[in-house]
Amino acid sequence: MRYLPHTPEEIAGMLARVGVDDLERLFDVIPPECRRTRPMVLPEARSEWELDRHMEALAGRVTPFRGARIFLGAGSYPHFIPEAVRFVTQRSEFVTAYTPYQPEMSQGTLQAIFEYQTLAARLLGLEVANASMYDGASALAEALLMAVRLTGRRAVALSRAVHPFYRRVVDTYLEPAGIARRELAFGPAGTTDPAGLGDADNLAAVAIQSPNVFGCLEPLDAFAERAHAAGALAVATFTEPLAFGLFAGPGKLGADIACGEGQSLGIPPSFGGPGLGMFAARLAHVRQMPGRLVGETRDLEGRRGFVLTLSTREQHIRREKATSNICTNNSLCALTAAAYLACLGKSGLRELARLNRDKAEYLKRGLAGRGVRLPFSAPTFNEFTALFPPAFRETHRRLAERGIVAGFPLERWYPELEDHYLLCATEVHERADLDALIAEVHA
Amino acid sequence: MKPLQELSFPEELRYVESHEWVRVENGVARIGITDYAQDQLGDVVFVELPAAGKTLARGAAFGSVESVKAVSELYMPLSGRVVEANPALDSSPELVNRSPYGEGWMIRVEPSDPAELAGLLSAAEYRERLKG
Amino acid sequence: MNPLQAATGLVFEEPLLWERGRNGRTGFSMPRRDVEETPLPQELSVEPPDLPELSEVDLVRHYVRLSQWNVAVDTAMYPLGSCTMKYNPKTNERQAALPGFALAHPLLPESLCQGALELIAALECLLAEITGLDAVTLQPGAGAQGELAGMLIFHAYHRRRGRVRSKILVPDTAHGTNPASAALCGYTAVPVASGGRGILEPQAVAALMDEQTAGIMLTNPNTLGLFEEHVAEIARIVHEKGGLVYGDGANMNAVLGRVDMGRIGVDVLHLNLHKTFSTPHGGGGPGAGPLCVKRELEPFLPVPRVVHREGRFAWSEDFPLSIGKLQAFWGNFGVLVRAYSYILSMGAANLEQASRLAVLNANYLRVGLREHYAPAHDRPCMHECVFSDARQRPLGVTTLDIAKRLMDYGFHPPTVYFPLVVPGALMIEPTETESKEMLDLFLAAMAAIAREAREDPERLRTAPTRCLRRRLDEVAAARKPTLTGRPPSAP
Repeated sequence: MRYLPHTPEEIAGMLARVGVDDLERLFDVIPPECRRTRPMVLPEARSEWELDRHMEALAGRVTPFRGARIFLGAGSYPHFIPEAVRFVTQRSEFVTAYTPYQPEMSQGTLQAIFEYQTLAARLLGLEVANASMYDGASALAEALLMAVRLTGRRAVALSRAVHPFYRRVVDTYLEPAGIARRELAFGPAGTTDPAGLGDADNLAAVAIQSPNVFGCLEPLDAFAERAHAAGALAVATFTEPLAFGLFAGPGKLGADIACGEGQSLGIPPSFGGPGLGMFAARLAHVRQMPGRLVGETRDLEGRRGFVLTLSTREQHIRREKATSNICTNNSLCALTAAAYLACLGKSGLRELARLNRDKAEYLKRGLAGRGVRLPFSAPTFNEFTALFPPAFRETHRRLAERGIVAGFPLERWYPELEDHYLLCATEVHERADLDALIAEVHA
Repeated sequence: MKPLQELSFPEELRYVESHEWVRVENGVARIGITDYAQDQLGDVVFVELPAAGKTLARGAAFGSVESVKAVSELYMPLSGRVVEANPALDSSPELVNRSPYGEGWMIRVEPSDPAELAGLLSAAEYRERLKG
Repeated sequence: MNPLQAATGLVFEEPLLWERGRNGRTGFSMPRRDVEETPLPQELSVEPPDLPELSEVDLVRHYVRLSQWNVAVDTAMYPLGSCTMKYNPKTNERQAALPGFALAHPLLPESLCQGALELIAALECLLAEITGLDAVTLQPGAGAQGELAGMLIFHAYHRRRGRVRSKILVPDTAHGTNPASAALCGYTAVPVASGGRGILEPQAVAALMDEQTAGIMLTNPNTLGLFEEHVAEIARIVHEKGGLVYGDGANMNAVLGRVDMGRIGVDVLHLNLHKTFSTPHGGGGPGAGPLCVKRELEPFLPVPRVVHREGRFAWSEDFPLSIGKLQAFWGNFGVLVRAYSYILSMGAANLEQASRLAVLNANYLRVGLREHYAPAHDRPCMHECVFSDARQRPLGVTTLDIAKRLMDYGFHPPTVYFPLVVPGALMIEPTETESKEMLDLFLAAMAAIAREAREDPERLRTAPTRCLRRRLDEVAAARKPTLTGRPPSAP
């Protein structure tokens, strides 16, 4: 086996040095009652060539977005990934290192993560970002736990227009700890009504997603104002950070914590993961932040360098009193996001974000021209909700057979939204793709 | 870490086994951590202290002190109400190392039960405990 | 033999991204604008975030230079204990990058993602077979999230039986993630001291286990690299009081094909695919932490789960007792592809051999090092061995100094100061993919360092001298944290 370097002679020599006569004797300490009663039954080892054939066959039974006929967003977005970004983030030295516990041998990862923290904080409009969480949903759950620690209150409110998968993850994390969750309804504009918040005096946090699960921009600033007046934290989550190239980042609108999914920033969708849990907050709250942080310092000779810092928040030191149990994070994805943002630059980000919105607006207009209704009036970014006539259900199914996915049926998550579909268009969708989809709709 | 004989434990202070010291001035107790505690911790990088007005019982945790790779809880040597936390430690936690009995003090407390004072250790008794 | 692995060479300085950038450059090939602009409402229009602007050349050079400041498994031996820094096969990367995997949207209709669903179902079966447990979820994003899922299952199980419990037993050798994960479920972690032989004694567990205790979290082999020989007896004690046994599978690499986790009484076990199953560590992640459970606990697994019916694979949410969801989608699928690829490349015989060689390598180092360093427990170990600086401390040399000096020889240091029960611990896990000559070089370097500790301790205290940077001031970093850089436009 090519990953196992030992020759039989070497094994014999090493065993002699260790003082046992057979490899099996190394396991003498394992009592008989702990051993397997039969050997493992696994498929026979495949050669590299055989493996390629097998994996290609499996992957061949999945429709990738490369054909650009997949109009799905809803938490994972198809975007063009520059080869330079893919190339640098595939460097062995980044990919096969671990957490930079030994800074002198890990300055590459450390500087790259410091740069990520800086760019992420700027994108989200806050003072400090951590080195990453698993994904957007678990980042939101951790943000709410942080708010509970900061305020000492044991209830949170979440908009119903927060992605239902995110709310489900929040429930999973918060329920056993006995933290109450209150839902805020969304209104006819497709956004959450700040007046619906009511009395927030017992709340640790108010969580709003913007753009929300229907694609609509939420009045985040109004929520932040109300939350602050009641002594609660404003938590903003997101699934499409590219929107902040065009619209104000959550921190700029008053959010105390911004947390969400960064997959859009140069990371392939990979059937849902790994993505990037982005997490940013105010500097005043940094000691309650979950996750790793990289800080700048100097070496013995006064040269700039970077280290993991404020580690006393973390599980390996504070154990059961840690701010989170997270250890392994999504560092390589954070590095990718930083490289992607730097590749775009300030004006590139703006231009790309504009293009995304314009493509979605084009699709909107085209569908509306075919009689499709746009039920929500709030402004959107690169996805939006459309209400089709009931016959579209059959069209949707028929198109799927041809590898065209004409949006996500929201009815699956919101039974009251019958025939509502969430459609996404980004820079990967050419005008011809959009026209082809529009042409399929017969209202 | 220094040998015991190189550490200082002023005679006029009172001590507890959890390594805090107490000095009563005009009815108010000033509290900090001992030379031994700061030496064990190494470079102090952060001190978390309670807000003034908080009432805590003897033995309750009133805050924590952190080095780069360790956290230690701080325990009340006496019951009482916190009247002040050392504001200097926020920006200069190194004072705890440099001057544990002086500028590195942590809180001032109005004792609620002066009788508890009698139960505290003298410098000699504290030093004896450290040897044990 | 010269143990100096590190050569001096030309290393480039590299500024921060925004120090390198120049406004007006771009590294991005903007897709053609083939639709007209839609005017943006004035009130929504804002200045975009201040990002640096670099050409593609700048960008590539920046990151390639940064990468050269890292030591990684692909450049050197990386014997970080408990992290299983084995070689990461290149074919795994190829498979994960196949368009059908990398470019698959998670919400594709089932008819358009059968291959991905099949891979998930197949990997679940393989992991069940490897561990001896009955059902598997691949959703947890890393080991600690697997632990959290496990604790949520404990919580749900006890509540289902009408007896919510408040405590959990955690050995003093456990990873910090164990008590932290348990705390998220409201459990109070009760430490169990390991016995004089470095393993848990059944009496210690029996004395603490009661009907308020949800169960125990065990790492086996433990973080001292020792097999918990009394695990079956301990499991019996815990089960008798109605508790459950959690297995932290971080160290599974030692016992592939040898131990039946179900048979020893483990009810729930997480695996770290980025350790045992060769997926790369990525400078801190992403990983994956699948959770394997006994049949009785299967109803509690996270949703959705892949089911096979009428000849096709489908998602099912139909598990009313499920603990819920841990990630927005289905887990770190890209990592799962790599682990699946690894298991298929290895087959059963090679996986078993990998464990044998991992244990052989660790014992070879143990025997080679004990002449120079104090072993925590001087007896045969599993996949890792633990030493301390007890012999060097009187010379004024600490574990940190030894670790830093090892860098000058071109090795990544072992895990240091963990497990906490061994003061000044050096926890060394070579893994099976290091060859004998590499181990010999490592031993020679460690012997040379032990000699230097006696003859020239100052050299150790000022190490490393051959890395890009000398020792970094972590105290200053923590006292006055600088966690972000200044914007490029700032002076």
